[in-house]
Amino acid sequence: MKQFLIFVKKEWLHIWRDRRTLFILVFMPIIQIILYGFALTNEVKNAKIAVFDQSRDEATRAISTKIAASQYFNIVKNLYSYQDIEATFRKGQIRMAVVFPQGFRYDLLHSNHAQIQLIADATDPNTANTLTNYASAIINDYQQTLRPTGSLPYTINTQVRMLYNPELKGAYNFVPGVMALVLMLVCAMMTSIAIVKEKEMGTMEVILVSPLKPFRIIIAKTIPYLLVSMVNIASILLLSVYALRVPIAGNLGLLIAESVLFTITSLSVGILISNTAKTQQMAMFTSMMSLFLPTLLFSGFMFPIENMPVPLQVISNAVPAKWYFIIVKDVMIKGLGFTAVWRETLILIAMTAALLGFSIYKFKIRLA
Amino acid sequence: MKTVTIEHIVKTYPAEHGTVEALKGISFEIDQGEVFGLIGPDGAGKTSLFRILTTLLLANSGNATVNGFDVVKDYKSIRNCIGYMPGKFSLYQDLSVQENLEFFATIFNTSIRQNYGLIKEIYEQIEPFKTRKAGQLSGGMKQKLALCCALIHKPTVLFLDEPTTGVDAVSRREFWEMLHRLKVQGITILVSTPYMDEASLCDRVALIQKGGLLSVNTPKGIISEFKKTLWSVSADDMFGFMKAIKKDPGVESCYPFGQVHHVVFKTEENSEAWLQQIAVQNNYNKAAIKVIEPNIEDCFMALMQD
Repeated sequence: MKQFLIFVKKEWLHIWRDRRTLFILVFMPIIQIILYGFALTNEVKNAKIAVFDQSRDEATRAISTKIAASQYFNIVKNLYSYQDIEATFRKGQIRMAVVFPQGFRYDLLHSNHAQIQLIADATDPNTANTLTNYASAIINDYQQTLRPTGSLPYTINTQVRMLYNPELKGAYNFVPGVMALVLMLVCAMMTSIAIVKEKEMGTMEVILVSPLKPFRIIIAKTIPYLLVSMVNIASILLLSVYALRVPIAGNLGLLIAESVLFTITSLSVGILISNTAKTQQMAMFTSMMSLFLPTLLFSGFMFPIENMPVPLQVISNAVPAKWYFIIVKDVMIKGLGFTAVWRETLILIAMTAALLGFSIYKFKIRLA
Repeated sequence: MKTVTIEHIVKTYPAEHGTVEALKGISFEIDQGEVFGLIGPDGAGKTSLFRILTTLLLANSGNATVNGFDVVKDYKSIRNCIGYMPGKFSLYQDLSVQENLEFFATIFNTSIRQNYGLIKEIYEQIEPFKTRKAGQLSGGMKQKLALCCALIHKPTVLFLDEPTTGVDAVSRREFWEMLHRLKVQGITILVSTPYMDEASLCDRVALIQKGGLLSVNTPKGIISEFKKTLWSVSADDMFGFMKAIKKDPGVESCYPFGQVHHVVFKTEENSEAWLQQIAVQNNYNKAAIKVIEPNIEDCFMALMQD
């Protein structure tokens, strides 16, 4: 235990004395939050939606068919109650729900005035906005075809409701994204560099020729980075709550626990990279290529995964950040509890166990 | 029981075309309490052998033991009882002298106080700088600190890979004095060096060249293996003199050695007269020709040619 502690202390001194790197580690998330604060435009295709049709007449069926026929939407479910809407959203099965009131066609033909409600999942505000705009356009289009020349115009009111994020704050989406990105970078890149540095400097030679067990060396090297990540999580959350006014809707303890889990996943990835990389540059490059880009592309934080071709959607499942992103969105923004994210949590745990086990198994007890 | 045994160790590395043989099946043994020198030029295979013995590399074939433990099977036991100082400066540059020493003491399950006696004489020399970062020490200081770190857990066998390379002459001498004090404590020391003059400071040496052993003997024994007469020659035109000597078919070898040239003839007869004649023929002035005792380097040159 004493051996282990002095190793952690040594590792901490490395980080603490390299002030410039420490500065970057601590301030990177803050700068990123500010950078990603600018809106990102999203193209939407085949978004999954549900229809709650209380009227079931010719008009509602025609509108539903028109919506389904467009390339933007894919009706995956018919709903039969208002409770259903909420439940389906919570399961993350749909991005938008279209609600027709009772007697839709009757209202339209007799009072020339009818209403449709569009409910969108606004945790991703850009997508929500785009979806409701597209749907409104399709409904307007239908309205045009109904109108015989010269007669009174029929008007259909589309009423839009944004779920979870009524003010459409962009921050709601990128806070979880930045958390995933920062943790992945700090943990994976920094640990892989720290381990490879020992190889490069030749100190690994001396440490290996010591009674210290390889897996203890690994764990000791990662602990200080776990601490730095905790500081990052705290600064991101404080910034989002007090500067961006994005409240933490769910349980803070659960959010932190999930973050620690994801941190450990990232640390395992870092150890795995350090096993193959021979130089610090190589470790950095591998981390950038295999972590930074996939995290950015496949976590669903910048580009909706459902818009991607199927092979890429399959690949996205292998990116740990995707699952963490879903968890943070659900817990922090939707305010859901553990029952809503247990599946994602389990996937992360399985990934971590596999990565950690594999990297310890592959850890070289010799030089070559 | 021999402290270190090496049997037919072969080590190859992949190269651009096929493989490079770094160690070509070498064998020797080291006794308990010996200061054993592994002497050879850069690229001779010294570091490869050290890494195999310290369990850091696997040999392609052959066996080796340290303290009776097999370097492959019992690597954990070996790592508990040896001290290793790699050729490259292998301490943490951003930790201070004291922090480095404390770190290495602790990971080897001991404390500075426990084995202070062992490193006292070395450590006293660097103690005034104990709060300085290791990266800011001079070359000699770094070597002393590295030795302290390798010694702090009181190893029974100490592996020192080129500890004096890049160290000034005074520090080198001090370093060797320290090794002899450690020997008194019963520590077996295997030390490698590219400096031939350090061979005489070892109990026994192995001369190694291109992955093969040239000779394993005491320094005196190696010199006594040198059977021929060695001539030391000098004149005002040293370069011309060497060219003239090398032209002579009766000369086996001629190479510069400090201020003089060392010459060996194929046959011993009339060699002095021969050298005189070359000097006179070419009008060299101040020609000085005499017989000298060979040193390890001369033996190395002679063995290399065989």
